[in-house]
Amino acid sequence: MTSEKTKASEEQMAYAKVLNFGMWLGLAVLVLTFFVYISGVLPSYVPIDDLPKYWSMRVHDYNDKLHAPTGWGWASLVGKGDYLNFVGIAMLSGLTILCYLVILPILIRKKDTAYAVIAVMEVLVLSLAASGLLKVGGH
Amino acid sequence: MAIAIAGLMTGGVAIASSAPAAPAVQGHADMHAVAPVAPEAPKSTTPWWVWPLSLFVVTFILGILAVLGGVGGGVLFVPIVGGFFPFHIDFVRGAGLLVALAGALAAGPGLLKRNLASLRLAIPVALIASSAAIGGAMIGLALSANVINTLLGATILFIVVIMATAKKSDFPVVPKPDALSQSLGIMGIYREESLGKDVEWNVHKTPMGLALFVVIGIMAGMFGLGAGWANVPVLNLLMGAPLKISVATSKFLLSITDTSAAWVYLNQGAVLPMIVVPSLVGIMLGSIIGVKILAKSKPKAIKWMVIGLLLFAGLRSLLKGLEIWK
Repeated sequence: MTSEKTKASEEQMAYAKVLNFGMWLGLAVLVLTFFVYISGVLPSYVPIDDLPKYWSMRVHDYNDKLHAPTGWGWASLVGKGDYLNFVGIAMLSGLTILCYLVILPILIRKKDTAYAVIAVMEVLVLSLAASGLLKVGGH
Repeated sequence: MAIAIAGLMTGGVAIASSAPAAPAVQGHADMHAVAPVAPEAPKSTTPWWVWPLSLFVVTFILGILAVLGGVGGGVLFVPIVGGFFPFHIDFVRGAGLLVALAGALAAGPGLLKRNLASLRLAIPVALIASSAAIGGAMIGLALSANVINTLLGATILFIVVIMATAKKSDFPVVPKPDALSQSLGIMGIYREESLGKDVEWNVHKTPMGLALFVVIGIMAGMFGLGAGWANVPVLNLLMGAPLKISVATSKFLLSITDTSAAWVYLNQGAVLPMIVVPSLVGIMLGSIIGVKILAKSKPKAIKWMVIGLLLFAGLRSLLKGLEIWK
């Protein structure tokens, strides 16, 4: 039996709620778009039959060879079956940022300054990672 | 079935290495490919659909084993798929992160609602680990496949040692919470159903724990592994959080740590849906079945089976990296 003392905090429950909804939505989109991809309803940027020729390449070589987009370049190619899948992947990868933004007002209202500052910093860190500004050199 | 698939995979790789070079790719992508920049991979005669199907079956089995063995899917996924499938390790690590991320996202809401995963404990740790994971991902994508495979193999063998020898403590003694954890209010109460009572917990040695999460974050990002194997000992044995809180918070923590690294892989193009989606669905379905089997299984035997599997995969990765077993 759960007593008041052992109940999760308000921000924890809010986080869980958004996470739960977003996770199922992201997964559903991911599976749906994958079936669109393999069914061939939409043309693929890299034809599926040719993919095995390239997936053993280093990512830098793959990108160079196929002129594959990096950063948010995929967003302009969502009309292609393969890049359509990135919508679901981006939803799942972006969910944590949304969860932090949801709990931030609760932390501020509770005057939990330390955690509000940490939450803002986390949003900045994840946004930087998501921005595509970080470049990796080839090897 | 697993043996048949392993045979198919080995055969597929053999075919891939012996077949003549493939003609240029057709379709949209090739319209931009004016001149080959990199050597084109040898053509495999195995139809494309065999790989996602094999991946689905293998990850389904891994999902079952991961639950029964008490490890995250990512730690099994990366060395096994990296070692025995024809995909480049860059794409395998990108998929591994997303597999671990999806598992953590799926488990997170239930663990948070039941107050087993502690947001209070996770938030400061996550900031450190996720920042470090970005650095790890960037390092990992800048290193050559041989270096990554060698380091991955060594890491997996280290994990084997940890799994085989590390002790766990259900309720570690925390004589005095440290100043940092007190100022941040890292503490909690949860209902321990097995004892039928509420358990209060605190943590200590927080600065040292946070410092170790820098290393854990880097390794998670570099190798695309979920880092539960490292999170739990640090939270439980070093910082003194109860085992249930440590396991649950570790699982939830992966949803934040792996997010930052996953974005780096995604932005560098190291994510192929053809690898990611079958793996993710396979691991998740396998995990659901694994939970059902768990009640009837012999945990100790399975733990040693998983350790044996990791030992094999770790050696394969190490020897592949050292070009001894290509």
